[in-house]
Amino acid sequence: MLIPRIYLALQNGRVGHGTKVPRNINMERLRNGYLFSEICRRELEHTQKYPHAKLIKLGIGDTTEPIPDIITSAMAEHAHALSTIRGYRGYGAEQGNMELRNAIAQTFYRDMGIKANEVFVSDGAQCDISRIQMLLGSNVTVAVQDPSFPAYMDSSVIIGQSGNFKDETGKYENILYMNCGPESNFFPDLSNTPRTDIIFLCSPNNPTGHAASRQQLEQLVEFAKANGSIIIHDSAYAAYITDESPRSIFEIPGGREVAIEISSFSKFAGFTGVRLGWTVVPEELLYSNGFPVIKDYNRIVCTCFNGASSIAQAGGLACLSSDGYLAMNAVLDYYKENAKIIIDTFTSLGLKVYGGKNAPYMWVHFPGLRSWDVFNEILEKTHIITVPGTGFGPGGEGYIRVSAFGHRESVIEASRRLKNLLK
Amino acid sequence: MPSDVALSRENLGFQITIFENGGVVIKLFQLSENTLEALTLRIETGVSVSASKNMYSLMSSSPSISSSSSSFLGQTHFDSRNPNARLPTKDSWICKCVATPPTETTAHTTKVSRNANMAKLQAGYLFPEIARRRSAHMLKYPDGQVISLGIGDTTEPIPEVITFGMAKKAHALSTLEGYSGYGAEQGEKQLRAAIASTYYGDLSLEESDIFVSDGAKSDISRLQVMFGSNVTMAVQDPSYPAYVDSSVILGQTGQFQKDVEKYRKIEYMKCNPENGFFPDLSTVSRTDIIFFCSPNNPTGNAATREQLTRLVQFAKDNGSILVYDSAYAMYISDDSPRSIFEIPGAKEVAIEVSSFSKYAGFTGVRLGWTVVPKELLYSDGFPVAKDFNRIVCTTFNGASNISQAGGLACLSPEGLEAMHKVVSFYKENTNIIMETFISLGFSVYGGKNSPYVWVHFPGQSSWDVFSEILEKTHVVTTPGSGFGPAGDGFIRVCAFGHRGNVLEACKRFKQLYK
Repeated sequence: MLIPRIYLALQNGRVGHGTKVPRNINMERLRNGYLFSEICRRELEHTQKYPHAKLIKLGIGDTTEPIPDIITSAMAEHAHALSTIRGYRGYGAEQGNMELRNAIAQTFYRDMGIKANEVFVSDGAQCDISRIQMLLGSNVTVAVQDPSFPAYMDSSVIIGQSGNFKDETGKYENILYMNCGPESNFFPDLSNTPRTDIIFLCSPNNPTGHAASRQQLEQLVEFAKANGSIIIHDSAYAAYITDESPRSIFEIPGGREVAIEISSFSKFAGFTGVRLGWTVVPEELLYSNGFPVIKDYNRIVCTCFNGASSIAQAGGLACLSSDGYLAMNAVLDYYKENAKIIIDTFTSLGLKVYGGKNAPYMWVHFPGLRSWDVFNEILEKTHIITVPGTGFGPGGEGYIRVSAFGHRESVIEASRRLKNLLK
Repeated sequence: MPSDVALSRENLGFQITIFENGGVVIKLFQLSENTLEALTLRIETGVSVSASKNMYSLMSSSPSISSSSSSFLGQTHFDSRNPNARLPTKDSWICKCVATPPTETTAHTTKVSRNANMAKLQAGYLFPEIARRRSAHMLKYPDGQVISLGIGDTTEPIPEVITFGMAKKAHALSTLEGYSGYGAEQGEKQLRAAIASTYYGDLSLEESDIFVSDGAKSDISRLQVMFGSNVTMAVQDPSYPAYVDSSVILGQTGQFQKDVEKYRKIEYMKCNPENGFFPDLSTVSRTDIIFFCSPNNPTGNAATREQLTRLVQFAKDNGSILVYDSAYAMYISDDSPRSIFEIPGAKEVAIEVSSFSKYAGFTGVRLGWTVVPKELLYSDGFPVAKDFNRIVCTTFNGASNISQAGGLACLSPEGLEAMHKVVSFYKENTNIIMETFISLGFSVYGGKNSPYVWVHFPGQSSWDVFSEILEKTHVVTTPGSGFGPAGDGFIRVCAFGHRGNVLEACKRFKQLYK
């Protein structure tokens, strides 16, 4: 059996030359691999073990349905134009194509006082989270929901905002974990939350699926204002909201003075591979010395980034045309229907299911059981990939996240297999 | 800070932003010398102007606007990509501010401290500054026919074989069989394999050593995030500004020292005509990381095999990591090495960063790659590639799948041939520019192995030369000091442009300097 050379080097002491460059201690602090890479790995192992099993993926939130023609045609057209003298474009503005920035401001932030120049187009929320961390630096304190999307925590560790991981608690020191469970209506209990500089809040939430109510967000904005904190509001799933829950933090009065909002075309337009998102930094958001955060964010974007792909941006513009928007909503409805089927499945089995109504994620409770054990059992016995709740933080123990992305037949088949297993 | 300054109509460009709660920001451009001069505005409602550097803010002091004394420093949102903006001309400016009742009496500031590293940065990133100056100049001379040989932005259309590949992928995303969601963060297998075999085939580097990205600039910052703040770094002087700026942002440096124009804790390795644009390594202190770009931006110099062998040895002796930027390798005309990995032993000391930008005109499409060999280890034996992989999986989500399809088409036999043609076109531009300056008696460097020509203006401030050239010939170049203190006295002229523009620019240079 071939042993990878890397392991050889570690086993035999240094093989050949090693540099004298110290490994970044923050990288050393990270536990394990990034959650979704780990899920991928398990998936691969499982496929190798059961090559004939039909694996159904309700784990990583990866979109599955084709992108509507009207959008891909715009991208293809832009690609073709790049071969013409008139249509060729080189470097775009790092902040994004002005037309697209305008369209985003008009479509999502009309009446909220957000202007096009406050919109920074990017290659997606995951990248923006890290750019925001570079902006903030290592000397800020951070609060995250527990459970939450791992990128907030991991990027915080990488940039040096945290201390060491404590196995006993399953938490990194110096990061404040705001428990979000059914008891607190999946929203942090702010009356028991100490002050931090930065508060990451995702709504609709990944993984719990909970969309914060207007009242909850008003409380949060007030809390941030009183504490002089900055909210990083992740609204990547806003398009999945079916009730009156706010779609943007900027719907809340005062939101512009305390929040940055990140969002994405990934789950909205099936752009998980195309790569397009945006971040809003209002001009009113100021550091303690009065310096506008937007100026520094602009500097980050100009120095550490070179703009989202012009082709992806052409796609984004098409998404926000009236026809494009309609076409995308049809795909969203498809996934929302998937969510209903999954909710019904687990409910009919007597399990408590949260989320699913305003987000493409279902948060299923398996009281008394360990989430990795449930994950393994479901995978082993039904060949369905989910995500164990503890992957999102210790507050996820006892839960499984099931995503609503998938072809209808797969979702129906998954439903059948789960009913067989869990009845 | 002056409160009353004289308005000159002649060199003026402006942009007004009025906020809901009565604050007004007027961003003013005046091109003269290196700094923007203060200007007066008579405002009906009686506000005073304060100036700081190149930003002007208005303090609403008059009760007719509001009782607020808030001031807003507005962000420039001048679209430097739009050359058609026009300015109405007037002899004196009266700005009528419409007072609207403010929603709040005082602006809220958070209690979050500004990142001290951001505060260390001097001014904006170099190239947006060049773009700003260009735009201001175009406003001033709307009929001026500005030619841009400043920012290294490609101009020629992308060969069809490549854009067809991208269009095809776009269309496929609308089909059941062709739709793909998240790709591997490290890049598509096929593309990684194609890069490995095309550029590193004889150098025993594999697909798994290649990390596809959205471009070298992003990769540089990702590498910095990976290295963290507790490493020391060395750069060439002059060099591509992203190395230094990202180092400052990540907290690897001390403060900027205005007298020498250097950041503390960075080791600047001077590269000038006297040392053949290769640092005298005997005078360079040890640092953990060494950034090296060859063919070089901005000097255009390509290091020889002998020089790179010494550099690798230097890195080896010092236990340093070499971050080698080979974004311009395809421009090499002689047998200078195209990859650091051509040098024996380099795999144990080097990371290589590269890009499709200047090869395939992908400056807007966004595609590049970084090579991290498995043999590269930290002091504790931990493989750097493992950490880079973690960074890529956590802070990134892969290059656009459409751009990657384009990359694959680039590396097909037809694509490679087409890319060579475009590169040859730009190289011909380079020759024309070089010949022009040589014929005018200038000492000219670079050019042969890169799309950049490095022209010497001994004893002159490079921003002055930049301004003079812009003012008198309407040609945008880049002042050498923007790349580091040893760049002063030089101008970088880039060879990206339509042939007609390059010829016209050269004609104008001849007129100016004959």
